Parts: sequence; C-alpha cells; structure tokens
Amino acid sequence: MAIESEVLVVGGGLAGLTGALSAARAGADVRLVSYKQSTLRNASGLVDVLGYTPDGDGPLVDPYAAIPDLPERHPYRTVGVDGVREAMALFDDVAPDYRGGHTDANALLPTHGGTIKPTARYPAGASAGLASDDRDVLLVGIAGMVDFDATHAAAHLEAAGVPFDVRGVTIEFPGTLDAKAKVTRYAKLLDTNGKVAVRGRERPARDALAERVNTELAGEGRVGFPAVLGDDDAAGVRAALRERLGADVFEVPMGPPSLPGLRLEDALFAALDEAGASFETGNPVVDYDGDGHIERVYVEKNGAKIPYSADQYVLATGGLVGKGVESDREAVYEPIFDCHVPHAADRYDWFDTEAFGDHAFARFGVSTDDDLRPEDAGGNVEFENLRAAGAVLGGYDFAAEKSGSGVSIATGYAAGRTAAQEAR
Amino acid sequence: MSDAHSPTDFDPAEPNTGEDFEPVDVFPDSTDFDLRPGADSCYKCSTCDTNCPVAEVDEDFPGPKFQGPEQWRLKQNEDDYTVDDSVMDCSNCMRCDNACPSGVPLSQMHNTARGEYVSEQMSKTSVEYWRNRILANYRTSAWFASKVPRLANVAMNFGPARWLMEKTMGITSEREFPAFATETFREWWETQGAASGSRERARQARKRRGEPADADKKVAYFHGCYSNYNTPEVGKAMVRVFEHFGYEVVVPEQKCSGTPMFANGMLSDARRHAEVNVSSMTDLVDRGYDAIASCTSCSMALRQEYPELFDIEGIDDVAAHTFESVEYLRIHEDVRDELAAADVEGDLAEEFAYHAPCHARNQGLDRQAVELFRDLDGAGIEDVGDSCSGISGTYGWKAEKYEKSMEIGDEMFEHMEHAEGRTGMTECPTCAMQMEHGTGYDIRHPLELLEAAIVE
Ligand SMILES: Cc1cc2nc3c(=O)[nH]c(=O)nc-3n(C[C@H](O)[C@H](O)[C@H](O)COP(=O)(O)OP(=O)(O)OC[C@H]3O[C@@H](n4cnc5c(N)ncnc54)[C@H](O)[C@@H]3O)c2cc1C
Ligand code: SF4
Ligand code: SF4
Repeated sequence: MAIESEVLVVGGGLAGLTGALSAARAGADVRLVSYKQSTLRNASGLVDVLGYTPDGDGPLVDPYAAIPDLPERHPYRTVGVDGVREAMALFDDVAPDYRGGHTDANALLPTHGGTIKPTARYPAGASAGLASDDRDVLLVGIAGMVDFDATHAAAHLEAAGVPFDVRGVTIEFPGTLDAKAKVTRYAKLLDTNGKVAVRGRERPARDALAERVNTELAGEGRVGFPAVLGDDDAAGVRAALRERLGADVFEVPMGPPSLPGLRLEDALFAALDEAGASFETGNPVVDYDGDGHIERVYVEKNGAKIPYSADQYVLATGGLVGKGVESDREAVYEPIFDCHVPHAADRYDWFDTEAFGDHAFARFGVSTDDDLRPEDAGGNVEFENLRAAGAVLGGYDFAAEKSGSGVSIATGYAAGRTAAQEAR
Repeated sequence: MSDAHSPTDFDPAEPNTGEDFEPVDVFPDSTDFDLRPGADSCYKCSTCDTNCPVAEVDEDFPGPKFQGPEQWRLKQNEDDYTVDDSVMDCSNCMRCDNACPSGVPLSQMHNTARGEYVSEQMSKTSVEYWRNRILANYRTSAWFASKVPRLANVAMNFGPARWLMEKTMGITSEREFPAFATETFREWWETQGAASGSRERARQARKRRGEPADADKKVAYFHGCYSNYNTPEVGKAMVRVFEHFGYEVVVPEQKCSGTPMFANGMLSDARRHAEVNVSSMTDLVDRGYDAIASCTSCSMALRQEYPELFDIEGIDDVAAHTFESVEYLRIHEDVRDELAAADVEGDLAEEFAYHAPCHARNQGLDRQAVELFRDLDGAGIEDVGDSCSGISGTYGWKAEKYEKSMEIGDEMFEHMEHAEGRTGMTECPTCAMQMEHGTGYDIRHPLELLEAAIVE
C-alpha cells in the first residue's frame, strides 16, 4: 500500500499552496507534503507581480503590460498574461484580507526602510499606508525593534517626494516588555488585549499603546506601526487603535520574521482545508520510482521511507533557500528528481564580481516546456507527469524584479490546474 | 531510478540503507559537544522564534534561535561560557525543529544544552532539581500508585497535600492529578492471553479478511506509562484495532520513553530507560516486528530523540521501524475505505474538537485524524487550530509555569469552545489533561474512535 492521491504537491510555500488549491478547486483529490515552513515568513507579506523589468526599469505602473516583453524563458511568458490574471483571481478569492485586486496598476507602499515599493496585492492592514494617499502620516517605531527606525524611515519617505507630510517618533512599548521581545510576543499581547503595567497600574495593552501614541499625535490622519499588530485578530487590534487614536492605522511591512507572511500562510492552509485537500508537513520527499513517468515518491521519516503515489506531481520545493535547488562546488542540481538545472560549467561564472552585479545564481532553477514540465539539457521533457512551480524554476530573478510571490502564484496555479485536468 | 519496487512488495519499514543517515553523536567520550555544522547553517531568519509558544508569552525567554545556534557559537568562541539558565524554560515542544527552513537541529541543541546545564550547573540539592526529577520520573510514581489506585486517586488530589506540594515542591495545586486505572493495561493484557491470545485472534481475523493465515503481520506495542497506568482503554483499543486488521501484537518489557526527562535535562535517567526500550525493541525488530506507539511523544522519542542524543546499539534500526499506530495502519491498510463503509453509534457518535499535539506535528501527523474521520458517518471532527496546548508534559505542572502554560493554551481553549463538539480528541495524554483542564470536556484518543467504527 502507499498513501494515494490524484495530485501530489511537493512543497508548502506560496507555489505549493496555490498549486494544491487550484488542483483541489478543479475537483482533484489532492495531497500536499512539505518538509519545513516556507520562505513566506521571510517575505514582507506583500504580493509582488512585477515591480521592475529584468533590466532594472521601473517602478512599473502596469505589471501585466510588461509581461510580453520579458525574456522568452521567463516563467510569466510560459503561463501567459491570462494565466497570471486567472491566478491572481484565485489568490483574491482565497485571501480576502488582501487588497489591490480592483486595479491592474501596482500600488506604492512604504517599506520599513523608508523606500516606496511597487506591489500588486497588499494586506488590508497595510492599505491605509498607501503612498498615493495624501493624508499626513505619523510613523511610530518601538524602542528595541531596531529593524524599524521611524525617524529615519520618515526622512527617507520625505526625500522620495511623497505627497504628504510624514513624521517619525520612537516610543517605549507600554509595560515591561524586554527590549528585544519577539514579534510574536507583541502580537499575542495585542491579540488578547493582555494586561501591561503602566506606572504601577495594570492596563489593557491596546489602550495603553493608544494612550502612549496619543501624546505624540499632532493631527495626522493616519498612523503607521511596524507589522506586529496582532496575529489571530489583526483587524480587531487595528480597529481598536483607530478608535482610540481618532486616526487611521496601518502596518508597515517588516523584514523577517514577518507576521503578515505568517498570516498569509495560515489563510492559505485554511483555504486548502476548506477545499478538502490533505496536507502534512515535517518530513522531506527524498526519492522516487519511475522512468519518464513518476510512479511514486518516498517521504523520509527518521530512516523509514514511506511511499506516496499519485497520477500527477507538482514540484514546488523553492529555490536555494527553500532547498529546492542545491549546489556544491561542482554543480547546481535539483535534489529529489535530479531535474536538470542549467548552469555554467565553471563556477566562477555563477556570480558577478560586483556585489550588486548580474548574478547568474539568482536565476538558477529548472527550465520547463510550455506546460511547466522540467526539461533535460537536450530540451526533452524529463517526466510526463511532473510540473514545476515557484522558486524552483529558473529564468527569473525575484529579488531584482520584485516578482517572487507573483511567479509562485502564477506557476503554482497553472501547474495545479493542469495536473488536475490530467489526473484520471 | 527504476521500477524495481512494485507497490505491493515495497516494505515501508525497510531501513533506509541507501541514505547516509548519521545522527550527530553528541555524547562522545569527552564532554566536548560539537554541533557546529548545524549552527553554521542558521541564517538568522528567526522563523523558529515565530513558532515558539514559550517566547510568545514569556518575555524573559530568549527563544530557540538564541538557545540553539547562537548559544552554540558562544560556547565555541568563549572558553568560560556557561549554558544560559533560560534553557530550562524551553518546554521541548520541538516546534522550532519543524520550522527551520534551513534544517538546523534545534531541539537536539536544546536537549544537549539542557543536559549539560543540569549536570554541571544545577545544584543537586535544590528543590527545583528534585521537583523536576520527580516530575520527570512519572513512571516511578505511577508504578507505586497503580498498586493502590483508589487510595492514590484520593491522596494525590487531597487538598492539604496538594497545598503542601505546591509550597514545598513547586508543583501547582491548580491541576488535578490524572486518575489511576484500577486495572493496568498490562494486567488486562495478561487476562487476554498475552502474545499467544493475540496470535490466535489475529489468525482468525486474517481468515475472516481472506488473507493468508500465516501472513507476516506483527507489531510490538510501546504503550508508554500513560496508557498502562491511566488510560488502559487506549491500549485496549490499539490491540483490538490491530488484531482486527490481522496483526499479532506483543507487549515487550519497557520503561518510560524518556520524554519528560529530556525536557528536564535528566539525560542520564533518560538514557537508562532508553537502553531498556531499545534492547527489547531491537530483538523484536530483528525478528520482523515493527514498533507501534499510541502516544506521539513516545514515538517521537524512539524515532528522533534517541538517535539524536544517544549512541545505543541498534537504535537506528529501531528508529526506522517505529511508527505511530494510526500512521502505521494508513501505510499498510486501506483504513480510508474501511472507514468510508463504517459508521459509529452510541458513546462515540460525537462531534470531536481535535487538537494535534506538537509531537504529532513534527512527525507530519497533525492532520491525520481529521483526514481519516471527516467522512465517517455518525461522528464529526474539527481541527481546533495549530496552537500548542501549553502543558508540554511536565512544563505546565510547575507552579512557576502554570500561568504561562494556561496563557499558551488559551487559544486552543477558545477554539474548542467555538467548535461544534463538546468532546475533545488528541493523541497526547498531557495535551488531553490540558484540554480537559481548560474546558471541562471529555477527551478521547483517535484509536478509540477507530475501534468504535471498525471493530465489530
Ligand atoms: C529571505 C527572503 C526574502 C524574500 N522576500 C520577498 C519579498 O519581499 N517579496 C516577494 O514577493 N518575495 C520574496 N521572497 C521570495 C519569495 O519568498 C519566494 O519567491 C516565494 O515565496 C517562493 O515560494 P515557493 O513556494 O516557490 O518556495 P518556498 O517558499 O521556498 O517553499 C518551498 C517549500 O518546499 C519545501 N521543501 C523543500 N524541499 C522539500 C522536499 N524535499 N520535500 C518536501 N518539501 C520540501 C520547503 O520546506 C518549503 O516549505 C523572499 C525570499 C527569501 C528567501
Ligand atoms: S529558523 Fe533556522 S535558520 Fe532561521 S533563525 Fe532559526 S535556526 Fe536559524
Ligand atoms: S522546543 Fe518549543 S519551547 Fe523550546 S525553544 Fe523550541 S519552540 Fe520554544
């Protein structure tokens, strides 16, 4: 016996989750297996489709308009503009707490570094921070959370020429929280409106925080906090603060670890559950049987190899960080199916001598046919029932283009849907 | 790669001979711990910290990233660096282990650091040390109590005694001690004819199922302390379900799995127990048995913690042949089909609020019960979310941790109350205690529902 399904998705990041969702919604019996947590928790939680061209032109106003001019091997060219749109529609449907779906144009959002970032979808919690809005902004930093220097960020934003006044202040979080408290500690306190001690008196955390910020507020219409305003009840935390401050409240997306990324991951797993799919995490897929057609894969659990079989497979194991693509001194490779990863024979050609130069490694990944099936060095399909999605794909540089989430969603969607169609 | 395996002759319990599975031996002859390779692959993304339930409520706890890779680096670079005492606040839920995208062996680092802290820095005459030791050696207390279960049940929850335990030993008086069964699982097992009784019943079942009478289906049950002394109904369900599928069960000699000892840094106690467990399981594994546990912390210990921490003859083989009970059936039998044709009535025809224990999560089993039972006629099951229950074995029994334990559990209690069912379900006995304590619900084990559904 093996654990059976129609579509088996390997990898639980944005690509794997979208792939499993689209396959399940197309009616397939789906199972997702993932080793560890995804890189979503490192990402800001903003969903970028395309912010800049591979040549660095931008910020782009309309990402869809730019897709036909991308290099031919770019994953967006493989799935096509309509494919990207359909995928984003699925995303909007399963992530109701996201905004931006009303327009094709990129939104401009302030980041924790004080830059303005073009992005296609943003959490509802960030929406009052849009740079196109002309209400004045107070940015509130929290002492100890060194990743967000509010004064510095405000100065940067002014310099970037935003159409409003912006000021930054740093406050002590009320109570006796340790200076280096974890983001989850702030989130939990605010979620539960737990008690904090202020001048010897116990106060609910939301009230105490609002009182502290109130004394700093000078008539600004909106207030931006680092993205630690709750986890399970982020909307409730924002509403409470908004009421007590008499100003709109937003979260500024932060670097890792990212609560918005974590919330998005939770929402997608919940949607997957609702779609009736099965999933499990904690153990890696390490091997497979088959020749040109994958019969089954093996999940390793402490030395035991457990077989999982399916008709169709989706490979969504991430890039160099997610461990979907690995490298040693000799070669770059895809570790489960040993799919071909194009790369120069000489490893000195893998990167540029300039730190911010044109690094080949940033685009490392498997290359595929039009149906997202990985191809060998000769351009032949490696397995007729395997499709790849997300950061395991080559041909794009998510960091330079600001296209990471969009590529994962678009290719995950396309791979999942086709897999469902092909499954018996 | 080839088609060498066909689906039917594949043995999922086959040791992973092709892979170089090399647990780091952290107790070589010297006391020189070296986990550098693990520490070096940490790229400080803090994903582990966002998963730590203790860091979420305890502002003094620096979190897994510090306890693991950062502390190891400090140890390597500073000669007089001693293990930070905060490592005693880690509950060993092992959530951080499951989180790290870079595969850093966090819980192994915590367990070794805690072991070093307790053996080298903790006063052996302190109340804390003895309190932890008593809690960690639950099996010993349970063994005594099982001799006089009714008396023990009264005495252990006798108010003034509990007050004294809290004041003198730091064991919270907020909790009720679990009740001891009047007949242990092992006593019951003897009345059932033990191994030979099981062999006969399994043979009958195979005949009924149309399988060869001499089919090689046999498992060794690691019941752990809890289902022996406190909830023998779980052990009985395990036996009946496995025999129903035609498996012969044996119940070898065994000690505590060691889980509470790891969490309290009592590594030499844990090792003593592990040696007994591994030795009795090795013999059986050699003879073709697989080891099955009904408690997810027990299976976790045999599968992961033993090989990570101890260098015991045969342990790798035992680890590769250890499974959680329902997981095992899902791999080898068509449980899904059988459940689809079944229904439940009576006592277990309930809506269940299911909580996945952290140690099930690490084994990839957190969704198993929900997926199995969601189509079962007559019962319903709802996952109450992914928060930790907060008790983490002995953690929630410590007076100074009680409040934090309840704060961690709060999210689960709330989800349980919002769930339709008023009966809880989980695989972990201490999670069950916490679920009951926080909501007043009765808590059942998935094996009990499986038994009710498919064993005639
Ligand atoms: C530090 C960092 C910051 C980033 N910031 C941004 C950002 O701000 N905006 C943006 O749009 N994008 C950002 N990205 C990129 C973005 O995270 C990725 O492009 C995208 O989310 C990748 O999704 P994925 O599903 O392809 O891969 P991943 O998220 O890497 O997920 C891969 C999954 O596969 C699993 N896996 C790997 N091997 C196996 C195996 N053998 N068996 C089973 N499972 C396996 C992993 O455990 C993991 O869960 C960032 C990435 C990193 C690393
Ligand atoms: S999750 Fe892993 S890589 Fe990230 S900080 Fe923790 S140990 Fe380091
Ligand atoms: S084992 Fe649990 S409590 Fe301990 S550091 Fe890891 S996540 Fe935190």
